[in-house]
Amino acid sequence: MRVGRWFAKGDGLPSYFSQYITVALIGLAAIGMVGFMLGAGRIIRPSNPSADKSLTYECGVDPIDGNWAQTNIRYYLFALLFVVFDVEAVFVYPWATMMRSLGKSGLVEMIVFIGILAMALLYAWKKGILAWD
Amino acid sequence: MTIWIEVAVKTLALLLMIPLAALALGYSELKIMAHMQSRVGPMEAGKFHGWAQLIADGLKFIQKEDVIPEAADRSVFALAPVLSLISAFLVFAVVPFGSGQRFWFFNLDIGLFYALAVSAISVLGVLMAGWSSANKYSLMGGLRAAAQLMAYELPLVLAAVAVVIQAGTMSLVGIVEAQANFSILGIPVPYVVPQFAGFVIFVIASVAELSRTPFDMPMAESELITGPLTEYTGFRFLFFFMAEYAGMFALSAIAATIYLGGYWLPGVPDNIAPAVGPVALVAKTGLIAFFLIWIRSTYPRLREDQLQKFAWKVLIPISLVNILVTSIAVVFVSDVQG
Repeated sequence: MRVGRWFAKGDGLPSYFSQYITVALIGLAAIGMVGFMLGAGRIIRPSNPSADKSLTYECGVDPIDGNWAQTNIRYYLFALLFVVFDVEAVFVYPWATMMRSLGKSGLVEMIVFIGILAMALLYAWKKGILAWD
Repeated sequence: MTIWIEVAVKTLALLLMIPLAALALGYSELKIMAHMQSRVGPMEAGKFHGWAQLIADGLKFIQKEDVIPEAADRSVFALAPVLSLISAFLVFAVVPFGSGQRFWFFNLDIGLFYALAVSAISVLGVLMAGWSSANKYSLMGGLRAAAQLMAYELPLVLAAVAVVIQAGTMSLVGIVEAQANFSILGIPVPYVVPQFAGFVIFVIASVAELSRTPFDMPMAESELITGPLTEYTGFRFLFFFMAEYAGMFALSAIAATIYLGGYWLPGVPDNIAPAVGPVALVAKTGLIAFFLIWIRSTYPRLREDQLQKFAWKVLIPISLVNILVTSIAVVFVSDVQG
């Protein structure tokens, strides 16, 4: 068994691979447990559906006008800002790991990179995106 | 073959540990908050100080009917709590509970990055719940939750970057070992000392990530009737509850590992270290969890604009400065190396 041999090895790519197989196994086990709990619950719990019961509860009064509600556009802008900085974080992590060996040149490059992103945040700040009126 | 048995045992231990951790934390919160508010909390269930209260609650939840509203998007509605719980599960996998292979669930080389990434999946669960409930309040709660979790995800991730710079690795085991070799003026200290700003940011952002008071605007019982969770009943509601407490334990454990030295304690001889490790980690995790509960019963809820402003204008700039200061210190000051 090829996979078995990968697992048996202690170092290099094979063990690297086995770590992710373990992640997948834990994920599967979690799905299994959640499924088991829901399935077991189905046997125990009652099921008496009625028209009134399946009405949206909302705040206890019969709902008016369906489920659409107006909301602040800023949620969308925050999501856009988030994408900028989250992508930054993805790039910063590998650099942070290798920081020691990159030394001063790596430091300068990262200052430039973070500086540009900080300017984006400052721009959003000045534009008033971060304030709610 | 033995490796498969080991993986199976670890997975089983994990499956048992998560409900246990959620129960223990949930019960501690009931009791600690009660005493902070001059009440006694649950006293009846299980005779001794109501220790079985949450088990009784859980048994009650199982017997409740699973009501899904007619107008709801059924499959998304049903999947949302499952996703939240699984995300909390996966974070647990990388927490190192002690020195020695036996106690690690597994040592992923990008452990910290992985932990932060899978804990972010819970945002999807909350957003799905809010969206699919066919309920205006749930939708607003879901959007608030998504905006809040995104805003506080950034300080959380950026604060952890400074730790990675100092340790030179993303593996949680590696970070603990780096702390074991770290000292200031000859005194061995965990990273909470050089990374104090990062630690404070990480804990505040954790509270926000868990949507706990004072960052519980998405849940806001008085205005949004627990927001995305309003329409949930029985077991599916319980899943959200478990996911919150399991997530609280997991984030506290990550904070304890990267800032407080995790399973490592100074001056413990090598031969008993594997036995002391899990106890040390659970104690440190409990300390942080207690602090989170303390914050909950101390501060009033922040308004939506206040909490967004706090994340974008205070925490993110400070964590960016923290990254720069740490990296400059690592390059120029030899004392910090180690």
